[in-house]
Amino acid sequence: MYTMVLSILHRASGLYLSACGFLFVAWIVSVALGPAAYACASRILSTLPMRIVLALALAAFWYHLFAGMRHLSWDAGYGFEKPSARRSGALVVAAAAAAFAATLILTPAGRFFAGTQ
Amino acid sequence: MSDRPGSATRHWRNQRLTSIALLPLGLWFLVSLLRQPSLTHEIVADWFGKPLQALLAALFGAALLWHSMQGVQVVLEDYVGGRLRAVWIALARVAHLTAAFALAYAIYALATGSGA
Repeated sequence: MYTMVLSILHRASGLYLSACGFLFVAWIVSVALGPAAYACASRILSTLPMRIVLALALAAFWYHLFAGMRHLSWDAGYGFEKPSARRSGALVVAAAAAAFAATLILTPAGRFFAGTQ
Repeated sequence: MSDRPGSATRHWRNQRLTSIALLPLGLWFLVSLLRQPSLTHEIVADWFGKPLQALLAALFGAALLWHSMQGVQVVLEDYVGGRLRAVWIALARVAHLTAAFALAYAIYALATGSGA
């Protein structure tokens, strides 16, 4: 049952990251357009709703990355048996949570999301 | 997806290729972004103005948009039926291609210092 939830979460995080990919493109275009456009983009990205969007993007990034590695190992023929899949599922969730927490604590990301930067 | 023989297998294999490429490229982007001393325009423009960094950004963007299109297409194929499916897939392709051109312009402008 919970391996099913994880599979849906892989799709959901992937779709969310797709949308964020367009945000990345818009951001880098604003850099190329010059300081005024970049300042405008920065202002928008620093608002509370956008900080929430970006914090979720960071969580989705780590989850999708680890879950993606799990999918790739299945494709290579490893770990598809049920007990093994349950174990790797728990491992993916733990790794994503740990990486997310580490990014918040060890990098400026946490302060940016909290609005204290 | 087209109905030519082998296109589903090709799509499946290409999706694995872009996901493997995105493991290092995605980490490169996140780590580089978080390691900038600050995110002023000067610093960020300087970052993408370096040839290797511009190349990595181009590879990251290309792999990201391609992988995104592949994923969105699979989801649309699974959840949208009938004639609407082709319409949605075409719209997604136009959106991704537009983003790819915008990204190519931005990286070119930043790498050659010809930004506005």
